[in-house]
Amino acid sequence: MKNLNSVFAAYLIGWAVFFGFSLTVAKRAASLKEELAQLKERLKDSAR
Amino acid sequence: MAKSAIYTLLVCMLMAASAYAAFYVAPTEVTMGLVQRIFYLHAPSGMTSLAAFLVSFVGSVLYLLTRKPKWDWLAVSSAEVGVAFCTVVLLTGPIWAKPAWGVWWAWDARLTSTLVLWLLYVAFLILRTMIEDADRRAAVSAFFGVFAFLDVPLVYGSIWWWRTQHPQPVVFTSAALDPTMRKVFYLSWLSLTCLMALLIRQRYELEAAREQLRVLEHELEAR
Repeated sequence: MKNLNSVFAAYLIGWAVFFGFSLTVAKRAASLKEELAQLKERLKDSAR
Repeated sequence: MAKSAIYTLLVCMLMAASAYAAFYVAPTEVTMGLVQRIFYLHAPSGMTSLAAFLVSFVGSVLYLLTRKPKWDWLAVSSAEVGVAFCTVVLLTGPIWAKPAWGVWWAWDARLTSTLVLWLLYVAFLILRTMIEDADRRAAVSAFFGVFAFLDVPLVYGSIWWWRTQHPQPVVFTSAALDPTMRKVFYLSWLSLTCLMALLIRQRYELEAAREQLRVLEHELEAR
């Protein structure tokens, strides 16, 4: 079982990078969606 | 939406299956022992990062030829995904190297050119944040994207062209590799390629939403 910790560390770090990246994209998408909704609302208001 | 959720679920299942195969199905390598199992994450991540940079290069070239924003979106999306995969390569490599070589890092051709590649694409992403005008940003980053890609053939060929400490390739060569190890490697590569496609798509949609926001802002300003 020599170096098992290294194997686990490598996989943990690798998966954390992929998950973290996916999370930042999802966060940015959610904030953009919110901004888009607000802008659409403002456009509707200005059209009235 | 449902299709996207199914695809995400499929990618997660493939990732889980490839990790299971790397830990429990692949036989333990005789010389290196358990630490060789890092190979099933490290090597496919490296190949996938090069594939993502190739997509970014194609996007940059097509933007320069057509000036259509969608190619710029593809270039930046795949560059960002490529950087994520390259980060995994640069982090998992030293974790393998320490028990195998006795050092975390060696300044050999493969490792150095990979680090330079990562730095080039990080610079590509930083450069984009420094230019306000969308058309100018797309053009400048497309030129830079083409330049940055020049390092990709160097990374790929470095182990053949120079004497390196990095192990020689075993997958697409006549080198003897256990058939089960080969299958586990292909499964890992497939799962990471599917993950790359998923992440590029998500990131591309973000760029498309940004453009929509820009158009709406202009519309509001014009009123």
